[in-house]
Amino acid sequence: MKEKITKIGMAEVSAAKHPAVLITLGLGSCVGICLYDKAKKVVGMAHIMLPSSREIKNNNNKAKFADTAVELLLEDMLGLGAQRHRITAKIAGGAQMFSFSSANELMKIGERNVQAVKSELVRLSIPVIAEDVGGNYGRTIEFYSENGDLGIKTIGHGIHVI
Amino acid sequence: MTVNYENLNSMQIDVFKELGNIGAGNAVTALSKMLNKKVNMEVPKVRILEFKEVPELLNGAEMPVAGIYFRVQGDISGNIMFIIPEDSSKTLINMLMGTCRDRAEFDEMDRSALEEIGNILAGSYISSLSALADMKITISVPALAIDMVGAVLSVPIIQFGQMGDSVMLIETRFFEGDTQVKGYFLLIPDMGSFTKLLEKLGVA
Repeated sequence: MKEKITKIGMAEVSAAKHPAVLITLGLGSCVGICLYDKAKKVVGMAHIMLPSSREIKNNNNKAKFADTAVELLLEDMLGLGAQRHRITAKIAGGAQMFSFSSANELMKIGERNVQAVKSELVRLSIPVIAEDVGGNYGRTIEFYSENGDLGIKTIGHGIHVI
Repeated sequence: MTVNYENLNSMQIDVFKELGNIGAGNAVTALSKMLNKKVNMEVPKVRILEFKEVPELLNGAEMPVAGIYFRVQGDISGNIMFIIPEDSSKTLINMLMGTCRDRAEFDEMDRSALEEIGNILAGSYISSLSALADMKITISVPALAIDMVGAVLSVPIIQFGQMGDSVMLIETRFFEGDTQVKGYFLLIPDMGSFTKLLEKLGVA
């Protein structure tokens, strides 16, 4: 059976049944949240940009925020037969691409995104079983329904699987 | 009132196009002086794109680019960024240093050359903006990242993301002789400054 490859762009979420690969290219300060139900082999990925929908007026796009995207993704996965209590998470991204000498809140957005994602996963009782976050470089991530492996590619910082 | 790029009317878009035109024109003139060579420019294209369309325009999110980022402060605040594809960056460095090396990687010298190019481009861009809108604006020192375009752009896109779901991108191509160099320019006013900028430009 040929696996279906889906690209997830900024502020998008997507879920799929086995066989599938979910991909996000060139993840920077955003965070890729990868959820997996091992028994059903249902995968889901969210590509969030900002920590909180409550800090922003224009917040209709739920896939954009850490505090609203995970639930949105969960719904899609449950719709495909995933069981909530079996779902685990892997997260990647949240880099600080530029370093400014002046303290600018927005420059730490990667770190804030990671923290917001983690606390949202805690709130929803989804365990984070692996992560590759921070640093100052971009990542391309590939999430496989076959075994829940998350492949990470970088420019100059190697390739690995978590 | 929330202002974002999706809600701009055609007159406001025209003003931004003109701004892009004048700014890029000045930037290219400055570059031409620095290189001591005649540099020609195509009329810049101003595009308003949804986030997910941006990496596609730049040949996919994994394409390596140099991003030079500045903080803007004064009568308006925000950020500006130049995106120069890796091959164009190498061409520019060679032009600036009078070399014709094929670089596999960027060393310290190359990085400062790129920062300097960014400085010149951003400085002239901002000075034309401040003249046009009669504002006092200063720019910070440059910050440079060389990485996948999606990752580099995530920073300004997140800033746009606080206002809406689209970005404004000004595409500039310039030529020195037969050599083509491509560059992209993003102007990201902070939330309060967007309205102020439109007011100052007389199109609020």
